[in-house]
Amino acid sequence: MTRLITSGFSHFILFIGILIMIVPVWMIFASSTHTGLIINTQGLQMFLGDSFYENYLRVLLYKGGFFKEITALKMFLNSFIMATGVAILSVITSLMAAYALVYFRTKYATLLFWMIFVTILVPLELRIFPTYSVMAELNLVNSYFGLIVPISASAIATLFFRQFYKTVPDELLESAKLDGANTWRFFIDFLLPLSKTMIVAMLIFMFVFGYNQYLWPLLVTSSEQYWTVVMGLKMMSGSIVHRFAFVMMSMVPPILIIIVLQKHFIKGVFQDK
Amino acid sequence: MSFLDLKNVTKIYPNGTKAVHETSLSINEGEFMVFVGPSGCGKSTLLRMVAGLEDITEGHINLDGKLINEVDPSERDVAMVFQNYALYPHMNVYNNLAYGLKNRGIDKETIEQKVNDAAKLLQISDFLQRKPSMLSGGQRQRVAMGRAIVRNPKIFLFDEPLSNLDAKLRIQMRLEIKKLQQKVGVTSIFVTHDQVEAMTLADRLAVINDGIIEQLGTPIEIYNNPKSLFVAGFIGSPQMNFLDANLNNKTLSAENFEIKNIESDYNGEVTLGIRPEHLIETENGLINLKVELVEQLGSDNLVYGQIKNIKDFCYRSPGNQTIKKGDTLSLNIEENKYYIFDKSTGKRVN
Ligand SMILES: Nc1ncnc2c1ncn2[C@@H]1O[C@H](COP(=O)(O)OP(=O)(O)OP(=O)(O)O)[C@@H](O)[C@H]1O
Ligand SMILES: [Mg+2]
Repeated sequence: MTRLITSGFSHFILFIGILIMIVPVWMIFASSTHTGLIINTQGLQMFLGDSFYENYLRVLLYKGGFFKEITALKMFLNSFIMATGVAILSVITSLMAAYALVYFRTKYATLLFWMIFVTILVPLELRIFPTYSVMAELNLVNSYFGLIVPISASAIATLFFRQFYKTVPDELLESAKLDGANTWRFFIDFLLPLSKTMIVAMLIFMFVFGYNQYLWPLLVTSSEQYWTVVMGLKMMSGSIVHRFAFVMMSMVPPILIIIVLQKHFIKGVFQDK
Repeated sequence: MSFLDLKNVTKIYPNGTKAVHETSLSINEGEFMVFVGPSGCGKSTLLRMVAGLEDITEGHINLDGKLINEVDPSERDVAMVFQNYALYPHMNVYNNLAYGLKNRGIDKETIEQKVNDAAKLLQISDFLQRKPSMLSGGQRQRVAMGRAIVRNPKIFLFDEPLSNLDAKLRIQMRLEIKKLQQKVGVTSIFVTHDQVEAMTLADRLAVINDGIIEQLGTPIEIYNNPKSLFVAGFIGSPQMNFLDANLNNKTLSAENFEIKNIESDYNGEVTLGIRPEHLIETENGLINLKVELVEQLGSDNLVYGQIKNIKDFCYRSPGNQTIKKGDTLSLNIEENKYYIFDKSTGKRVN
């Protein structure tokens, strides 16, 4: 009986938590399907209206910005390119950095690792101006390259991969060597497949990280053609319902990525066991 | 020159541990060599230097007429079976076997042929599509063997491959490894600290102690003629009995008996070694054993008892005898079946 009460109680708490998270999102979504007039006169709405297509299509295709050059669709494309680039590039660099740190008999591997790790304490914002001037010197302002590369070295991902590699038994490497695998083959045939689960997790993590960038894209792009969704959120002008619709849509890509990749993530976890 | 030649091989680990001292050893083609010795004596280190997994601090290793000191392990054409098998967890059994062949650029049909042959030989054909995690210990062991065999290497190296199996399976696999090696005829080195395993598998045996090969020979040679106290104590089960004694003018005097006309010119303190199976019961024997414990094995009995101040002296008696605790047995040593060692150096003196 007491068990029933405590479990009922914890479910109640969880339910409250879910409500707190869901309700505002729902209200924005519901409101985004009404006309601006209704929101302005009657406040936020709890129930769906009938302007869904109208509002969302307009937001996607309307040319906004100061110079009326960019549509939300283009912003999504930009954000997607940037986030995907950051995710893939930082996973690749961290995989390889961790490989070198763990498997090459570098004398100062531990010291090197901690030096990489310490960069976690130095956020992007601190090094943003020097980084910008490097990009400016290299003529990479207003390019996807400039958006992606400077934030594509992840100490956290390096840490995760390094710790994982350290748990891979030495005999596996030795056995592979005797089977004729060279340095590259061991990396590709062994470490990559073995760390699949972690790679997927890091891809999700770094995608969201790249997607959420605001200050760096703001600085490194002056042309509206390179605006990202997060910048757009700030810059958007227009009716409140359109902004709501944009906010709703901006949440879709990260969720989509998690849903798509999560399958592999869970499959990987179960296969390893 | 023999097939595998080790010359004055020394290994000093970076932390200063000297694991192998100036060891020289020749192994013939097709021979089954066993390294046996207590834990930490350097067996694995020696094996791993042959494989190329440890650098050779000093000395030379020649394989098939070629100096391999600086040759990368991937180029040495040796195969190793590890204690924990080191199967590739993300590949199925087929790919575990095929991987080494693929790296050698062998074409697909040949690989398939070879893998299937090896699988048949080891009776793992039914598991080819399974991952190693879905196999039993014995099956994993076979896969590890298969991975070595399929490449038809110059030499097989085994580092205690049976120690993770239960007693019964170990005996069965021991037999299979021996049969397999004879069938395939590949030169092999097998590392173990189990002297029964060593005796049964070896064509020749190297007894290693503290980084030095104490004795090299066929199992029977070593059993019959141990050159040092260490070898005598290590080979043979149950262990040889050791008694303190004095040797003077070819007469050995132990605590309560004497042996005359010993073929040795050594004088001084010695250790007398007698194997439990080299004792016979007689009237008025040299040794009076007060029985404290009898282990009945069916085929024979292991009798443990006391001679004066010496405890746990062991005598192996035929199985049909009934010996009870408290009996006193009168024992003689079979003719010339005793071993005398210099007490300070442990070297054999008779
Ligand atoms: N990587 C290493 N660094 C330093 N010392 C080592 C290293 N590997 C082994 N040793 C030392 O070298 C000696 C021989 O080790 P080795 O592994 O060859 O023993 P072993 O005979 O195989 O023992 P076991 O039967 O327990 O496997 C030991 O004293 C061990 O502590
Ligand atoms: Mg060992």
